[in-house]
Amino acid sequence: MSAAPLLALERLTRAFGALNAVNGVSLSVAARERRVIIGPNGAGKTTLFNLITGHLAPTTGRIVLGGVPVTGLPPHAIARRGLARSFQRNSLFPRLPVLENLRLAAAADGVGSWRLLGRVERLPAPLARARETAEAVGLAERLDVLAGALSYGEQRQLEVGLALATRPRLLLLDEPTAGMSPEETARMTRMLEGLPREITLLIIEHDMDVVASLADRVTVLHYGEVLTEGSFAHVKADPRVYEVYLGSA
Amino acid sequence: MPADLFAQVLNGLAYGFLLFLLSVGLTLIFGMLDVVNLAHGSYYMLGAYAGLTVIAFAGNFWLALLVAPLAVAVVGAAVERSCLRPLYRRGPLDQVLLTFGLIYVFEDVVKGIWGGRIRSIPTPDVFASSVNLWGAVIPSYRLFVIAFGLAMAVALWLLIERTRLGAIIRAGVFDAEMSAGMGINVSRVFTLVFALGAGLAGLSGVIAGPIQSAYPPMGASILIPALIVVVVGGLGSLKGSLAGSLVIGQAETFGKVWLPGASMVIIYVVMALILLFRPQGLFGRALK
Amino acid sequence: MRARVALFALVVAAVAAFPLEAGPYPVKLLQEILIFGIFAMSLDLLMGYAGMVSFGHSAFFGIGAYTAALILVKWPGLTTALLVPAAAAALGALVIGFFSIRVSGVYFIMLTLAFSQMFHAVAFQNAFLGAEDGLVGVPRPDVLGLSIGTLGRFHAYLLVIVALLALFLWRVTRSPFGHVLRGIHENEARMQALGYPVSRYKLAAFVLAGTVAGIAGALYTQFQGSVSPDAFLWTTSGQALLMVIIGGTGTLGGAFLGAAAFILLQSIVSSYTERWMLILGLTFVLLVLFAPGGIVGTLRGRVGLRA
Repeated sequence: MSAAPLLALERLTRAFGALNAVNGVSLSVAARERRVIIGPNGAGKTTLFNLITGHLAPTTGRIVLGGVPVTGLPPHAIARRGLARSFQRNSLFPRLPVLENLRLAAAADGVGSWRLLGRVERLPAPLARARETAEAVGLAERLDVLAGALSYGEQRQLEVGLALATRPRLLLLDEPTAGMSPEETARMTRMLEGLPREITLLIIEHDMDVVASLADRVTVLHYGEVLTEGSFAHVKADPRVYEVYLGSA
Repeated sequence: MPADLFAQVLNGLAYGFLLFLLSVGLTLIFGMLDVVNLAHGSYYMLGAYAGLTVIAFAGNFWLALLVAPLAVAVVGAAVERSCLRPLYRRGPLDQVLLTFGLIYVFEDVVKGIWGGRIRSIPTPDVFASSVNLWGAVIPSYRLFVIAFGLAMAVALWLLIERTRLGAIIRAGVFDAEMSAGMGINVSRVFTLVFALGAGLAGLSGVIAGPIQSAYPPMGASILIPALIVVVVGGLGSLKGSLAGSLVIGQAETFGKVWLPGASMVIIYVVMALILLFRPQGLFGRALK
Repeated sequence: MRARVALFALVVAAVAAFPLEAGPYPVKLLQEILIFGIFAMSLDLLMGYAGMVSFGHSAFFGIGAYTAALILVKWPGLTTALLVPAAAAALGALVIGFFSIRVSGVYFIMLTLAFSQMFHAVAFQNAFLGAEDGLVGVPRPDVLGLSIGTLGRFHAYLLVIVALLALFLWRVTRSPFGHVLRGIHENEARMQALGYPVSRYKLAAFVLAGTVAGIAGALYTQFQGSVSPDAFLWTTSGQALLMVIIGGTGTLGGAFLGAAAFILLQSIVSSYTERWMLILGLTFVLLVLFAPGGIVGTLRGRVGLRA
């Protein structure tokens, strides 16, 4: 792949008081790639995500998305540039039905959202995309159910669905299979595998089976720094990784 | 310093200390319970009327100074246990609304018992005259207010910083959840803080009596300056309450003299500026 | 849906016919209910749909009221009666909103309170605005060549304006914009993360609500023929909040029920006893404690927003 990376992090650092939660991380994700980030708890993975999405400002370093620097932009501006993210702990619209949850996500490109009169039904594009996404994440039968009434596994599916519905270039998934049963995990993995390659994936995961199925490349984070990077086989064979991560699990 | 200016400064100090007594309870309540207790001004009003009644029956200002705040503290505790406690789980909005309703209740109860017209509270005889202080002529009662306020400030500081009860209150203000986790009976402390705050407001009302007299809407009208003090000084901070009251006391007093057309606007502008640029106030803890 | 439209039509018809049967005092009460109802409804848009609790909504009511008073004396007409006050209120809401939206929660409540009090202070101390006494002798404009000085004509004029505004607000809540507001209320952080410029939407909601409040204020001036600084008082904002809560936050129509409850309590109870404030306050305290969904919410068995 000779094209410029879709996402480039250059010596990204984020300090909380005396502690560097993320310490000089440099990382490149190519378009159409599927990258998985692994590392023990407290390695700074979610903090890294928060930096990329603009929820946190880096202390030093740069973030470049699609060749354009986005460091310091507010979260909604970065999202508008084709980045979407799902959260480790569900962040849904609990009192709204599943269809409306997804429709809000699909309508986030702003077209038509400023209409003061007129009906939501008359904006066909977001509704159609919402239904497609529901189909993709397995919630097609649950469109009228309030998000708060879904089972935990279904809520996780919706959580990923919300990010998907915005049709991003780069999809960040923070532990998408967290708390799921083996069947639900397999279902989620199959769904992610089936996503079009136009959507570049950057995933934080703990479940090594999922990593093995999905990853083109794996980045290992430890104490806020990149320990090593490579294919899953390469990383698995690295004794340092075993020591630091798999051994401490 | 020219005599007139000095007299104004002293007036501003007296008003400032009144505000301090009123606002310190409000800031502790806000710091601990995250409740903007809109009915706080009502305790001020109740204190003034209670003081009025004690003086009418016993003829003794000093007795009123002791009894009235205690009575108001009891009312405050009762309100907290019956009306506010069920609302802690709900958001701050419900608490704001409930206390707003209480303003109506208290104002009307007072009107019903004592009538709607202004009742004056006599200055204690020992302070009936004026004093000449470096050329400034000032009623000696105002000097008493300043001295008393200062003494209360010191006493409160000692209570909060040097006693076990104070440590518990500080812990509760800082992090109620943690305090509960450490075995402190948080609900009892809440009631105590509330009673203390209400009592101090009542005390402020008694002291303000000879200067401002007593009239039913006085609670609602003093609430806004007290709120401004709390915002400017910082929520939950004793130091902030003192600093804020003295600042607002001077600002309002001098505003009336120098910019009579705009005096009221100034303090709101100060409040807005603080909320925008330093929402934690001068001495409050930094926010999320 | 059809049921709601039918209900609306029925209510409008009943209100329109009211002056035919009732004497001037009850009709005036009804008119006051209409004015405060639309004022409270605009606050409900802000509170119940966008989730922004403002304690300074009286600022826009007052701006509308004073603008109408100042202008109608010189240039009476439909535009000056309604459009100019609306524009003034919109401008005020834009400025106040721009600053207020930077903070949230209790701080938003206090900042909006501070702003409305600022306006009160200015009106109270400014001779041009009539200071403490306000402005009197404001004439009603001519509408389409006809004078609306009589009770019946003013009633029709008021009803048409209020009904149109109510319909407009209702349509807004069902619009794509209204859906975004609800999303922001439900989970603001997620809306940001999805790419919505949340502050811009909040400001738009604030301006919209403020504009309608301004029209309500202008109508109030025309109703009374005068205006006083009380229009800006924080207790006026508080009353609007009370009306929204009594009727049920997020129900829109509940605002009119709340206004009716408040105003009727005030007038009826005060004719039987002097202690109407006490009864009102107690009613409110009990409502907050035991029926947080308000009248409509409790009737529907639900609390807060409806899906």
